Amino acid sequence: MTAEQEPDFVQPEHFAFDAESEQAIPGILAKYPPGRQASAVLPMLDLAQRQMRRTTGSAWIPTAAMNVVAERLAMPPVRVYEVATFYLMFNLRPVGKFHLQLCTTTPCWLRGSDEVVAACRKATGIAGWHETSADGLFTMTEVECLGGCVNAPILQMNDDFYEDMDGPATERLIASLRDGETPPPGSAIGRQGSAPLGGPLTLLDGKG
Amino acid sequence: MLADKDRIFTNLYGLNDWRLAGARARGDWDNTAAILARGRDHLIEEAKASGLRGRGGAGFPTGVKWSFMPKKSDGRPAYLVVNADESEPGTCKDRDIIRHDPHKLLEGSLIAGFAMGATAAYIYIRGEFYNEAGHLEAARGECYEAGLIGRNAAGSGYDFDVFIHRGAGAYICGEETGLLESLEGKKGLPRLKPPFPAAVGLYGCPSTVNNVETIAMVPDIMRRGAAWFSALGRPRNSGTKVFCISGHVEKPCNVEEEMGIPLRELIEKHAGGVRGGWDNLLAVIPGGASVPVLPKSICDTVLMDFDSLAAVKSGLGTAAVIVMDRSTDVIKAIARLSRFYKHESCGQCTPCREGTGWLMRVMDRLVEGRAEIEEIDILDKVTRQIEGHTICALGDAAAWPVQGLIRHFRPLIEERISAFRQRSVSLAAE
Repeated sequence: MTAEQEPDFVQPEHFAFDAESEQAIPGILAKYPPGRQASAVLPMLDLAQRQMRRTTGSAWIPTAAMNVVAERLAMPPVRVYEVATFYLMFNLRPVGKFHLQLCTTTPCWLRGSDEVVAACRKATGIAGWHETSADGLFTMTEVECLGGCVNAPILQMNDDFYEDMDGPATERLIASLRDGETPPPGSAIGRQGSAPLGGPLTLLDGKG
Repeated sequence: MLADKDRIFTNLYGLNDWRLAGARARGDWDNTAAILARGRDHLIEEAKASGLRGRGGAGFPTGVKWSFMPKKSDGRPAYLVVNADESEPGTCKDRDIIRHDPHKLLEGSLIAGFAMGATAAYIYIRGEFYNEAGHLEAARGECYEAGLIGRNAAGSGYDFDVFIHRGAGAYICGEETGLLESLEGKKGLPRLKPPFPAAVGLYGCPSTVNNVETIAMVPDIMRRGAAWFSALGRPRNSGTKVFCISGHVEKPCNVEEEMGIPLRELIEKHAGGVRGGWDNLLAVIPGGASVPVLPKSICDTVLMDFDSLAAVKSGLGTAAVIVMDRSTDVIKAIARLSRFYKHESCGQCTPCREGTGWLMRVMDRLVEGRAEIEEIDILDKVTRQIEGHTICALGDAAAWPVQGLIRHFRPLIEERISAFRQRSVSLAAE
């Protein structure tokens, strides 16, 4: 974003961790040695983003939340900003209730991620990346390899992986989400984890 | 084919209980104290004798790596850092271990941590593996409750903690020193070495970074013995390996197989063969996005291990086998990887920051053929100016796929350029 551009969203002036988040903070800080609380910056930013999703329906991190994290961890705010901008999973502007993260890296592309992207565009009406649908429900983000390549193509919706996708499965998923139903994540074609279609060919002695 | 009895990851597909009760039924956490009682030196020697080489891509001998840790503490704590930032395109093996066999990773962390004199382990798991991290957290909780980790871990008299830390989406954090920076709460910019992590690692303390699969193999190696493991595979390339077979095969899958299995056998026995038959094969990337692509002629006979793949100027990497049939535009497939590296470069070193963008732009033009023939050589030359000139291996990883493409598919690139030129000429004539 250039300095001249007006952001099309409002930064809230205030942010505070709510009771549910506060409950999680001691456990996060306890993971790191005394004096090393800066290590908690990723989990604390994640906590802020999850609180935003829970309370506003949009998982993103306002600048005010970064400032709160900086204060809690005794870090200069700029150190928190540079971390927040470095890692892809932190959304620095509002996103839709359902954040569709589409992997298009080569293994997914070979298995038809172009179709999944096209189906997402058709079903949500979203034209470009990082855009949110008019109803505020969906945001489409192109992501790099999600690490589920033998179940490609993968569509990550919020925290969940939808696997072995194709165009029609993608349209069905989006229709369900719009109707207020969240289908179970995992393989769209009923595979058992990363086993080959039709069932495992190894580990057949019943213990696998 | 590897016999089921020689498989380590017996719950790879998650058909059975991943929790402590299920793990114990599969033999995990069985008298771990007796393994620790053998002593540090013995465990390091056993790891060396097994021939285990790191499963994260580089293939460095694991026991040797552990031996770099200080024998006596100077007062600083020491750490095992487990790299669960699985992000190499094509690779999805650690995901299965974490979600379906988390106790193998946790028990391996204790054994390896003890062997290297670590006081705690940090498991750095990629942020996108949210549900997988949930399994690992739950398994960790079970361990503390059962006294398997924490004070007097597993009744061994050794105190050892395990902490799980989620990343937030950055491929570069899979590089070991980038990972350490990230774990310290900074951007994941790789560090200059030396000092190596074994001397100055996490929080300035001695540290060793090992991949998930490497660590999760340790309990079985210690129980069954180095001789069992080293008898599998070939010399210097021993043991088993989880292979991820993706792309244009009939049935993509993960499978644990013996090191050194022929590539063709791996694909045909486990993944239902190449779509349309073996003769429909165009090329394979045998070890994740970073290693050079191989044409069918080499795939016909090559064995899947470190030395065999290095001999054909590629690599085992993470053993992520990306298969492309004859319908594939292989230039486009590699160009997409160039875009990946451009996206993931941390920007710290100029050859990588500028070079990955340059490679991507030229590769995108080559997809269309909008280039001069001479540019192929320039492209190759530029990859060699990136390779070996950066702090970390991301520069090499960006260079190698392009080098592999030029090495094996130069006529195709030239054809693409000629076709584009002919189209332009005929358009101009109209």
